[in-house]
Formats: sequence, C-alpha cells, structure tokens
Amino acid sequence: MLKVTEEQPIEFSSKLITEFNEIVTRYPEEKQKAALLPILHLVQAEYGWVSVPAMDKVAEHLDIKPIEVYEVASFYSMYFLKPQGKYVLEVCRTGPCCLVGAEKIMDYMEKQLGVKEGEVTSDGLFSWRGVECLAACGMAPVLQIGPEYTFHEHLTEEKVDQLIQELKK
Amino acid sequence: MARKLLLENINVPGINTFDVYRQQGGYRAVEKALKSMSPDDVVEEVKKSGLRGRGGAGFPTGMKWSFLAKPEGKARYLVCNADESEPGTFKDRYLMTYLPHLLIEGMIVSSFALGAKVSYIYVRGEMMPQIRILEKAIAEAKNAGFLGKNILGSGYDLELYVQPGGGAYICGEETALIESLEGKRGNPRIKPPFPAISGVWGCPTVVNNVESIAAVVPIINDGGEEYAKIGNGRSTGTKLISASGNINKPGVYEIELGLPVEEFIYSDDYCGGIANSKRLKAVVAGGSSVPILPANLILKTITGEPRLMSYESLSDGGFQSGSMLGSGGFIAFDEDQCIVRNTWNYARFYHHESCGQCSPCREGTGWMEKVLHRLEYGHGKMSDIDLLVDVAKKIEGNTICPLGDAAAWPVASAIRHFRDEFEWHVTHPKEALERNYGLANYAEFTNAI
Ligand SMILES: Cc1cc2nc3c(=O)[nH]c(=O)nc-3n(C[C@H](O)[C@H](O)[C@H](O)COP(=O)(O)O)c2cc1C
Ligand code: SF4
Ligand code: FES
Repeated sequence: MLKVTEEQPIEFSSKLITEFNEIVTRYPEEKQKAALLPILHLVQAEYGWVSVPAMDKVAEHLDIKPIEVYEVASFYSMYFLKPQGKYVLEVCRTGPCCLVGAEKIMDYMEKQLGVKEGEVTSDGLFSWRGVECLAACGMAPVLQIGPEYTFHEHLTEEKVDQLIQELKK
Repeated sequence: MARKLLLENINVPGINTFDVYRQQGGYRAVEKALKSMSPDDVVEEVKKSGLRGRGGAGFPTGMKWSFLAKPEGKARYLVCNADESEPGTFKDRYLMTYLPHLLIEGMIVSSFALGAKVSYIYVRGEMMPQIRILEKAIAEAKNAGFLGKNILGSGYDLELYVQPGGGAYICGEETALIESLEGKRGNPRIKPPFPAISGVWGCPTVVNNVESIAAVVPIINDGGEEYAKIGNGRSTGTKLISASGNINKPGVYEIELGLPVEEFIYSDDYCGGIANSKRLKAVVAGGSSVPILPANLILKTITGEPRLMSYESLSDGGFQSGSMLGSGGFIAFDEDQCIVRNTWNYARFYHHESCGQCSPCREGTGWMEKVLHRLEYGHGKMSDIDLLVDVAKKIEGNTICPLGDAAAWPVASAIRHFRDEFEWHVTHPKEALERNYGLANYAEFTNAI
C-alpha cells in the first residue's frame, strides 16, 4: 500500500534540475522528450522509486503530458512504481543462468531475507526480485544492485550471505 | 592461436584509458579516415571487408550504410545498439567494459562515413557501470581533439552521447530502440519506412551493433581486403562468441569465423570441454532466439560435415537440422539439463518481453508459457505438444517485428529435436519432477568423453 505522504508533491533539488538541463542539451531543439528515460533514472536514484507526483513534475519540466511519462515508466522494467527496500537485489532468472544454479540462489535469497519476491523486509533495507538476462551469462549466476547497478558474479550461498551482511552495516 | 582483431590488446594494463589505448596504436583509424579518405571511401572499405552485422541478423554492414538516404538539409544519425539483452549474449558488455575506446573510435569513423554530426550509443539501462566507463572515455577523446568541432583539423564535427535504456529486451530491435531513444515506450515500428529513410526524429538513421562498429576500426587500419581474407566464404573476419552454460571455461572468445564447433567446445583455447566431465546434450549456438540443436547436430551437419562457426555452416540444413549464428551467444547444455524446463524458461522470457502490440505475439507467447509450465510441472497432456507446435506456427511470420519468430523458434525446435523428452514429461509426470530425462537416445554422441 502506498502511504499518502509518499504521494505528496515534491520539489526537485537544484542539483537534480541542473543535471536534467544538461541531459536535454544532448538532443536537437524541441526533442527534449528524449531526455525522459535518463531523467527517470536520476529521479529513481534520488528517491528510490518514481512516484506519481515525481512523474508529474518531470512532465512539467520536459513540457510533455503526464501520461507520456506514466506510459514510459510503466513500460520499462527498471522503474519502480512503488517504494522498494533501500537495496533491491536483482537476480537473473533467465535460461543460461538457470543452467548453473540461479533458481537455487533465488530460493536461498527468499529464505535468508524472509520476504517473497517484490516484498520489502521489515527493517526497510531489502527487497529482491528476479530479472531477465543481464548480459553476463558467462559469470552466472549474477545479481545487481541499484542505483549504481553494482554487479556480483558467480553467486554462491556464501556470497549471498556476505553481501547481505555487508549491506546491513 | 587465432588472429585477434578486436581483443588483441585487451590484457594491456590501462587499455581502458585514452593514453594507453593511443600508445597501442589507437585512433589511427580516425586519423587515416579523416585525413586521407572520403566518407564514400570508408563505406567502400567496409563493403570490401564483407563485414556482416554482429547484432544477430548478419546483414552486410557496408550495404546497409549505402542505403542511407541523404536528403538536403536533414540531419543523419548513427545509433549504436548496445542494448544487449538476448539471453546468452554478453560480448558487448565485455567490449565496452574493457575496450571503451575501441567502440568510440569505431563510432567516430562510422559517423564520418555516414555524415552524422551527432551520434548516440544506446546502452541498456542496467549497464550503468558501462555507461560511466563510456562517458569517461568520451570525455577523454574529446579532450584529445578526437570529438567535438573540427576533429584533427579536418573540418568534420561530431558529438557523441550515451543514452540509457530503461530495461526492455524489445528495445534491442532497431525501430523499438529508436522509439525508446525518442523517449517513448519501446514499440517496434512497422517497416517500411526503414530507418535508413526515416529513423530517429524522422531522419535517416543507421543502427549498428557494438561489435559491428568496433570491427570498422581494424577494417580501416588494415583495409577491407585484408579483413575479408580472414574467415570462411561469406563469413569474413573474426567474431566475438559469448560462451555460457555447462562448459569449463565460460567467457567471451574472439574466433576466426569458420572454426570447427567441436574445436570451440572441446579445445582448451576456448570452452575447454563440458564441465564436471559430463557429456554434451544440446547447444543453442546464437542466443536464445535461434533453434536449439542436439549434440550430434551441432557437431556435424545432417550430411556428416563437421559443423563450423560461420553464418552458413550453422544454418546448414535450414531449421530441419540446422540453426543460426545469430548474435554469437553460445549456450551449452550438459546431459543433466531438462529441455522442457529450459524451453519453458525461454517462453516465459519472451512473454515477459513482448511489447504487446500484435496479438499473435502477445497472446501466443502467453499460451506457450502456460502450456510449457504445465508440461514441466506434471499436468501436461499429449495433445499439448502439438498445441505448442501449432501456436508457434501461428506466431511465426505474423507479427510486426521478429520477436514473435524469436519466441516461436526455440519452442518449435525443442519439440522437433527432443519430442521424446516432452512425451516423457506427459507419461511420467511424477518422475519428471524428481529427475531429468538425461541424454536418452539423441543419436550417437561423437564426443562422449
Ligand atoms: C527482439 C529483438 C532484439 C534485438 N536485440 C538486439 C540487441 O540487443 N543488440 C543488437 O545489436 N541487435 C539486436 N537486434 C537486432 C537489431 O534489430 C538490428 O538488426 C541490429 O542492431 C543491427 O545492427 P548490425 O547490423 O550491426 O547487426 C534485435 C532484434 C530483435 C528483433
Ligand atoms: S512481435 Fe511482439 S514484440 Fe514485436 S511488435 Fe509484435 S507484440 Fe511487439
Ligand atoms: S541469463 Fe543470466 S545473465 Fe544472461
């Protein structure tokens, strides 16, 4: 359930706005809509997810309709439309990774974190989900953690434990 | 060892920096092209090289470039396809991570050939570390005068930008990529018009894979004819192969096209054989979209010729007994893998990734996932197997973009070659939950250890 407070209007920081404006310069005049995907990444890195008020603000900034932002944010798998754990552990669940044990890693993750795919741990620190091939099948099984998408390869149960411990610190 | 054109210097410490890359002879192709060649000369060399698109379809790059429309007063764009999302493929990530300047050098030469003043590298959003690497490398190249205004005093201007995707396999399809670059959902466009006539913002556009663009560098340095001497027939040059699955040495290998598949799998120079001393059951040779082949058919063609790693040899026999080189995502399955489970996983992937525009793809991929799930989990009926074949047939060729085919082929080929394993799942539902079918009788295995 979304908390009302999370839906309240927000103001972007001037640092964020400066970054938005830099991105817009990469495209021809009047084609600023092209900045939408990179800007949504910045918004998510800042807030952990993209809320409706944030999307409305982005629409205003790019001078496009809010629906043009919603339809994009809901199409792409990377944008979270509801709050997540502080760390989202994204494990690859596609064929090549499954040949070398990705499914076992996901089962283990569920057990260790004590929450189902997509749910947030009670301390608010973690959520996890399966994602599709991350173009790292030779290093399988793999997982990534946003917002910088740091990468962890050749996963084992021990590595998962270590990772969770380190992130808890 | 085989000749390396792309990965030659990958182990040189600091090769990801401009200075080291330059010391190793980097950016010579830019100097040569901008100082001593016309754009058409560059296109001509690429034509001579016989280079075929490394993104999957294998369309000749030089020919694609020559189709680019050049109307007066309209900008032209080169967009590099770094969306790399085809399961089994991870060569572009590798190249961008370790040799970012090779891609940038290729982008400069290729943009010059096409007359693009602004070019984009569209990188899948999950590759944030690679996006940072490329942005840093672009800044270095610009600082050294290889990007920006009047490059090397040639009068040629070029700005190069990195554009992140948002996580969607379909955005690897070139027209979906263009939509995405414009800030929209990744819905493929109906062709024609082709991007060469109307691409980004309605302007003539070329979309090329990372590896295709990188290959332009050795082609310009050594000449197209030299490049064409490497390889086998119409499969010229070298190719990066992403090797994964149950092999001893997964990783990215640069091969000369024409290398025997058997050597690629079993030689210590490449995959080093099947892991844990098991036997090979099957291979998907070109990324998840291409037909799966049982071990006997990947090692030898139906007529008994050794199968080679080339566009022609891998497709020898058509879909009855052959497959495709595709993007070079080489996935090996050992004797303990379950073909039904793997096919279900792929069907789930394509269902998840369908953009939903055409009903055969949107509905068909969902059906295939559902039916395969029940076969795998012991609720399947014998008639389900033919149902799958029927659904796959109805998708194939009936959609806006090739994702439909890409979803249908793995299912159709798995049933074609491993039908007994599907039937066993129906006749032995409990047993199938506990163990896998194994090698069974998939013909003689020439390389059983
Ligand atoms: C569903 C689908 C996904 C694709 N994904 C990629 C991809 O990730 N990278 C890529 O280079 N080409 C991909 N392609 C192929 C592109 O449409 C296009 O043919 C290619 O980028 C052209 O570059 P090339 O000629 O250098 O190979 C995909 C095609 C389809 C139908
Ligand atoms: S074939 Fe599938 S992915 Fe391609 S346009 Fe149609 S629905 Fe979209
Ligand atoms: S299947 Fe997991 S990274 Fe490719």
